[in-house]
Amino acid sequence: MELPVIANTAAGGGCSTSGCGTAPDALGHLPDDIRARVQDHPCYSEEAHHYFARMHVAVAPACNIQCNYCNRKYDCANESRPGVVSELLSPDQAIRKVLAVAAAIPQMSVLGVAGPGDPLANPARTFEIFRQLSERAPDIKLCLSTNGLKLPMYVDEIARHNIDHVTITINCVDPEVGAMIYPWIFWQNRRVRGVEAARILIEQQQKGLEMLTARGILVKVNSVLIPGVNDQHLKEVSKVVKAKGAFLHNVMPLIAEAEHGTYYGLMGQASPTAAQLQELQDACAGDMAMMRHCRQCRADAVGILGEDRGAEFTMDRIDALTLAEIDYESAMVRRKEVHDAIIDQLDQQREARRIPPMPPVLGAVADEMPAAPRPTLRPVLMAVAGKNGVVAEHFGHAREFLVYEASPTGVRFIGHRKTDLYCAGIETCGEGDAAQESVLDKTIAALSGCEVVLCSRIGFEPWGKLEASGIVPNGEHAMEPIEDAVMAVYQEMAASGKLADPAPSRKAA
Amino acid sequence: MALQITDACLNCWACADVCPNDAIALADPHFLIDERKCTECLGDHAEPQCAAICPIEAAIVDELGVYLNPPGSLTGIPVARLVEFGLWKGAA
Ligand code: SF4
Ligand code: SF4
Repeated sequence: MELPVIANTAAGGGCSTSGCGTAPDALGHLPDDIRARVQDHPCYSEEAHHYFARMHVAVAPACNIQCNYCNRKYDCANESRPGVVSELLSPDQAIRKVLAVAAAIPQMSVLGVAGPGDPLANPARTFEIFRQLSERAPDIKLCLSTNGLKLPMYVDEIARHNIDHVTITINCVDPEVGAMIYPWIFWQNRRVRGVEAARILIEQQQKGLEMLTARGILVKVNSVLIPGVNDQHLKEVSKVVKAKGAFLHNVMPLIAEAEHGTYYGLMGQASPTAAQLQELQDACAGDMAMMRHCRQCRADAVGILGEDRGAEFTMDRIDALTLAEIDYESAMVRRKEVHDAIIDQLDQQREARRIPPMPPVLGAVADEMPAAPRPTLRPVLMAVAGKNGVVAEHFGHAREFLVYEASPTGVRFIGHRKTDLYCAGIETCGEGDAAQESVLDKTIAALSGCEVVLCSRIGFEPWGKLEASGIVPNGEHAMEPIEDAVMAVYQEMAASGKLADPAPSRKAA
Repeated sequence: MALQITDACLNCWACADVCPNDAIALADPHFLIDERKCTECLGDHAEPQCAAICPIEAAIVDELGVYLNPPGSLTGIPVARLVEFGLWKGAA
């Protein structure tokens, strides 16, 4: 079967060969049984997310709380704000869609229900899907993202459907903080507001978290970083949820734009800078291994993380399909073969990494490169316009940059930086366009802290602007595996003596 | 006596799921309340359930056309700000 999007990752691109650097360490602190369950999970493992596919179905429109960063009304097909979808599916359509995708994409391993409202505020629709899928595709892992308000009430039902991964969004453990994030909840037939609402929500979230971990269900906690509201408080959140058994705490940046019509957007609440986000992620990682590859993926995305194949499975095609046409039993056999092969490959990579103390990239060129970086050299952050593990994108086409840290001990994946795509296409790509320029400025601001940006190509104007702001553009490694390219640039910097100096002062920004 | 849903509704299903009288149904272009079934929740709940969960301001009105959740009442965004951004037309 030809799978254009996935084919080159499975063949072993750069990201796949060196596995995004930190993955084995990031999992090192976990108990063996949890590590075994997480290490090949496409949502949680940095290694596995390059190989497996996952999808979300939008079947849960209702919600039972209001968050100040959300506006149910102004959803938009172009944005990637979590929980926003353009196409609501009935449970029946969702089941056909999942089975069709799982038959066409044997890498498919996870189905999530994550929105556009709260899955547990839509229990009948949500559990109908889980029930049917556990029956017809028992190998597909099921997961659920929730605000936690109804968790205690549904923990037993969740356990019955064998849903072993639950994500709870927990933004605070202090009701006073919560009152600045949640204007109201719907609770016991009333709309409850203010500190009281936050107190109830927090209580239910914490109880739900405890009940899930007590039943051996994996729990990830997501937090939205809201500067001036919960930024410092999130360190406390991280400690508390870890103590209660959450295996991962993922800090995501607030997205607040006036055009989304959210409370925060309209009231001028600031979003975190890339540096603020990284500081928090680092602080929380001190408590709990934190894998930073989690995208703010749309709740109806199909495919490998970051790759949206939704267009191949539109409502028209799904509606034309009947369950009888899907041979889900032989699809499951095929999936087992593909999954086993992927897991073997991941095992081999882990094994291979255990042996050399030197990063493989360095080792390979060490002979011709006596000037290989010595341990005294400072680390450097580099942004990469990458796809499927290789340096693949035009600077102006990148919707996000992958940030890597290169140091004498190797290359490590740090996180994502989103951009407002500044080059929207030939027709809008006029020179000197003021609006476009400001997007370029924003992109450059998003890359703050990085000293190099790697891309396949870059225009003349952004080149100049990048250099002027102290970021060196580099288009010489197009289509090379990301880690190899980053290490090569690092070695060039080392050879030209640039790494002996302290980092440029703008790095502290 | 019955409540009504206005064209501000965004079809999120929340009200339909909580109505004790099964009075709310999906319709085109938006959910509608069956006035023969709606009791305004009297006898069942202290608050009309649809209006207590609906996330959209101005989506539910009473027989006099009065909003159960007027602009600004759910989000806390000042009405002046909503008007400034073209999200509310002004005096209602
Ligand atoms: S007021 Fe009560 S009975 Fe009437 S539609 Fe709303 S929830 Fe149903
Ligand atoms: S809760 Fe409000 S927005 Fe949602 S369907 Fe009912 S009336 Fe419409």
